[in-house]
Amino acid sequence: MSIFYSLLAITVLILIPIVGVGGLGWRYLFGVIIPYAAFGLFIIGIIYRILLWAKVPVPFKITTTCGQQKSLPWIKNSKLEAPPNSFWTAMRMSSEVLFFRSLFRNSKAQLKPGPKLVYGSGILLWLGAICFHYSFLVILIRHFRFFIGPTSKFIEIVSGLDSFFQIGLPILYITDLVILIALTYLLLRRFLSPQLKYISLAADYFPLFLLLCIALSGTTMRYFTRIDIVAVKELGMGLAGFHPVIPDNLSLMFFIHIFLVSSLIAYFPFSKLMHMGGIFLSPTRNMANDNRKRRHINPWNPKVEVHTYEEYEDEFREVMKNAGLPLEKEE
Amino acid sequence: MYNGGKIILGLIIFLLLITLPVWFNIATGTSKYKPNPKILPGQTECVAPANYMRTSHMRLLDEWRDEVVRHQRRYGEINGKIYELSLSNTCMKCHSNKKEFCDECHNFADVNPYCWECHIEPKEK
Repeated sequence: MSIFYSLLAITVLILIPIVGVGGLGWRYLFGVIIPYAAFGLFIIGIIYRILLWAKVPVPFKITTTCGQQKSLPWIKNSKLEAPPNSFWTAMRMSSEVLFFRSLFRNSKAQLKPGPKLVYGSGILLWLGAICFHYSFLVILIRHFRFFIGPTSKFIEIVSGLDSFFQIGLPILYITDLVILIALTYLLLRRFLSPQLKYISLAADYFPLFLLLCIALSGTTMRYFTRIDIVAVKELGMGLAGFHPVIPDNLSLMFFIHIFLVSSLIAYFPFSKLMHMGGIFLSPTRNMANDNRKRRHINPWNPKVEVHTYEEYEDEFREVMKNAGLPLEKEE
Repeated sequence: MYNGGKIILGLIIFLLLITLPVWFNIATGTSKYKPNPKILPGQTECVAPANYMRTSHMRLLDEWRDEVVRHQRRYGEINGKIYELSLSNTCMKCHSNKKEFCDECHNFADVNPYCWECHIEPKEK
């Protein structure tokens, strides 16, 4: 059912620009207004979500560890697995963000005849995830060429490496192929494994369908139907320079692509895709494991009224003196 | 807010990164540039309509390259006319200036075709 709903949603999303641009000719709406609105929503949504998370109190220091904590000098410790300070926390966080280290340790359990429970490494998910994320990053960097005026050396190097094999014309970008394969795998995984299918929601399928359709419309435009790239850049520069223009030579496929991308960035802050920002705010990963060295104050702690002995003595000094009790201070 | 400073700093860096094109265009002031490829005057007909050429000239050149280099067919019929399948001898008759024609759009759109890695680049005066 969740597959059906997300398929329905994506079909509607594809039909909107087909009707809006192909039928009604609202090119300015789909080329300028919607992308601006989506980008605005993206920025506001991200700021809102991050600040919301940042305001959440952290009552306990709940760092996840899987190594020996730093304690006595003669006990061997694992700095990366139980980071003793913020430097090692940053190291662990970057290995998480850049290499998906904890996903690399993913394991899978299988019931073999016997019955025997067998555990094995589940590295395919890590491979699919890392292929997808890095392809997406490279594609994003490549797309910057549509928005900046003079050619940037960095983008040129990235695109040059990406088209290293010089297959076909326009030259095949390796990441275009990789992202399609990776997304197909990530989707099939949810279809084919009964356990995963059971826990998959529409919010899991929908981003995959959306990303797949964006990649498919983009690659179709580049390799098959083709598009006047100068017109695309005129639109992109207009958007980035705040003097939007709609060139004539934009195909319907381009409007579908840009509408799906607008949908993605508008949807981004309110979906599971926010793990991009959320990873940095995970309390189990962004704190050092220094519970025994530094006291963590719970912001929820109620204010405790204390009455120290000095105050007690001040209060009852006269009475105590008269009763002949020993005093710390005679005054 | 725990680590408020760090979180806000990270947020600002992220926002600067994703709006990079805006700052880049403000800094270089080139966002209104439009390419204007020059063709020799007096020519009205191309091997294919302008719109097709704009989007797919690289496919045409790729097919021509295969025809000539792999199948030894140096001439081909397009719309009832015989053309020599050659970039330098046919296309560049009208689109004569690489710098003022090819490079105009290629540089604008950050496209780096590898035509001139094998062919000798035409000399411009």
